[in-house]
Amino acid sequence: MASAFDYAPAPESRSVVDIAPSYGLFIDGEFTEAADGRVFKTVSPSTEEVLSEVARAGAEDVDRAVKAARKAFEKWSALPGSERAKYLFRIARIIQERSRELAVLETLDNGKPIRETRDADLPLVAAHFFYYAGWADKLDHAGYGANPRPLGVAGQIIPWNFPLLMLAWKIAPALATGNTVVLKPAETTPLSALFFADICRQAGLPRGVVNILPGYGDAGSALVEHPDVNKVAFTGSTAVGKAIARQIAGTDKRATLELGGKGANIVFDDAPIDQAVEGIVTGIFFNQGQVCCAGSRLLVQESVHDEVLHALKRRLSTLRLGDPLDKNTDIGAINSAEQLARISALVETGEAEGAERWSAPCELPSTGYWFAPTLFTGVTQAHTVARDEIFGPVLSVLTFRTPDEAVAKANNSQYGLSAGIWTEKGSRILAVANRLRAGVVWANTFNKFDPTSPFGGYKESGYGREGGRHGLEAYLDV
Amino acid sequence: MSDGRLSVFKTYKLYVGGKFPRSESGRVYEVTDSKGKWLANVPQSSRKDARDAVVAARKAFGGWSGATAYNRGQILYRVAEMLEGRREQFVREVAEAEGLSKSKAASVVDAAIDRWVWYAGWTDKIGQVVGGANPVAGPYLNLSTPEPTGVVTVLAPQESSLLGLVSVVAPVIAAGNTAVVVASADRPLPALSLGEVLATSDLPGGVVNILSGRTAELAAPLASHQDVNGIDLTGAADDADLAKELEAAAADNLKRVRRPQPVDGTDWSADPGTHRLTAFLETKTVWHPTGALGASGSSY
Repeated sequence: MASAFDYAPAPESRSVVDIAPSYGLFIDGEFTEAADGRVFKTVSPSTEEVLSEVARAGAEDVDRAVKAARKAFEKWSALPGSERAKYLFRIARIIQERSRELAVLETLDNGKPIRETRDADLPLVAAHFFYYAGWADKLDHAGYGANPRPLGVAGQIIPWNFPLLMLAWKIAPALATGNTVVLKPAETTPLSALFFADICRQAGLPRGVVNILPGYGDAGSALVEHPDVNKVAFTGSTAVGKAIARQIAGTDKRATLELGGKGANIVFDDAPIDQAVEGIVTGIFFNQGQVCCAGSRLLVQESVHDEVLHALKRRLSTLRLGDPLDKNTDIGAINSAEQLARISALVETGEAEGAERWSAPCELPSTGYWFAPTLFTGVTQAHTVARDEIFGPVLSVLTFRTPDEAVAKANNSQYGLSAGIWTEKGSRILAVANRLRAGVVWANTFNKFDPTSPFGGYKESGYGREGGRHGLEAYLDV
Repeated sequence: MSDGRLSVFKTYKLYVGGKFPRSESGRVYEVTDSKGKWLANVPQSSRKDARDAVVAARKAFGGWSGATAYNRGQILYRVAEMLEGRREQFVREVAEAEGLSKSKAASVVDAAIDRWVWYAGWTDKIGQVVGGANPVAGPYLNLSTPEPTGVVTVLAPQESSLLGLVSVVAPVIAAGNTAVVVASADRPLPALSLGEVLATSDLPGGVVNILSGRTAELAAPLASHQDVNGIDLTGAADDADLAKELEAAAADNLKRVRRPQPVDGTDWSADPGTHRLTAFLETKTVWHPTGALGASGSSY
């Protein structure tokens, strides 16, 4: 199958992005070294090439950045909303102007296909800033009473799966509502956040309003712990989310937590199979499955199991895995060696526990971190691969007979972030959607995002919403 | 007693799963009025009673959260009706519990009745106020709807034995959650009597479960209970260490936590707003393609 169509390579040129050999922390409008001089390397996961050396923030740097953000808060929060709006509109426009450069950069640092950074990440990043820019002078009309006040300094910690998009989800609403921010990007993907610092400079954003601290978990923990941080916004694993919730217990700090998931994608026997298969593929293989809202559990009605699996395997065999910069690539690299090891270990567990593994027949490049699209059949609810978030291109297939059984199995999870429903019957969509305990339900589609659409989980997938009018609440003292 | 008749005391009991059990532990403790006069022996609930209450609340959640908002409003209004009918009893209990004059206690009870009416009217409005369609940039219908969080533990305020209690319980169930309520430790009688009101108000058993006892003893297992989805720490307002411990324990399954407010700043007669309604609501967003009727479209 893989050779049915031979495509000529069509790589996006990486000359559109100029990566410096080293970067500092961005504090109070300036790039600066870490107080203890520590640095770390960021590599391209598809080639293991070192892209740059980046200053590594420690507790002292966190303190400096929070102080800068606190100092900037007074003026920033006092600005008329219409002025804050214009800064954000500027940022949105500059992102649009530089989107090709940023897409290539993101693909290099993250390993995801250029098709995704170009067509999904970057347009959504610009749209998010554009959306929240418009809120900045309309907060009186947002339903939170007259003149709602910002919280102060927001400490924001983002993951590596959508580095710039997660930055946008955090920074845009925070600034629109008059907060200032200290943001820590993930240690494997610091570059787009540092390029964003340059965008803030181009936009003329007052110093200290946005501070960027590349670093590891210790910097994130120091940020959460800092007594002058008023708000913690975290996207990442459920384990770290719980640790943060414990850390801020007994304080006045507010928190929004966007954590893990084990989304059920439910396919009924009357679903249009070809469309459903595309949705299943989008659900779990978008961004190599490194998506918190991935549809990682396929619940397929028993009567169409064989048909769906046949079509799905056929489709997976046509996915192109390889150079993320190639415009024809469907599946890019796994973000890091660590993540690859985690995925591999969970897949081994799946096999050891007796689920049947099938992987798409594709050749893996010899350097970089790669994992072939994989699915497990014969999975029961007790299997590890049906319960734990794998955060990789691995789909667990379970079956059901009745809608009740589908709902029960879908809800049988500690998580409650996303779910999918595939059926032609409208009343069934509504009935099932009503009963699913998940924050986002995609019916006859999957993995769609929009700045106007609130996103966030039930249960141990976290709390608070990002996006839409709802997303403002997370940054207002209401 | 005044005309020589010996009055009939009431045995105060818990309200769990629509029934009135004693504590499984067999323990009771003395409740006195504000001057120290004995009023009753009330059940001192145990961890087991707390767990039983969670089971009852979980069992009731599907039906209650699945009931129409209109139906929930009707039932909450019925609670107000039943409470109105027992107004004199509650005036006496509140006066004794809080050391209020009869007229002060009467205004507290009236406010508590009115609070049920306020929340009865909210059940079918909050969805429109906090939910709605989102104008996404694509051919999709995108709808956000608030849904109840699940089973919520409510630590009722220690001081305000009826109005405060109603003010924290009514919004939780108006939103469609079910509740395990820990009554004021020293002033539990209005709460236990409220159970009798709820039992005669068409409220399905298990939607509200009321425990009396030591707040810390009951709150700890409820804060760490893996089948509780949220916790309102109002009743721990006078104990910052306890509140912190409970919040940390609640993190274990990421319960939604409503932190306590300073007791001094709490005026239970003030306009309650919507905060207590939204504290235990989740937002669900559903997408569906809108499709297209044809390339040419129509101008209207």
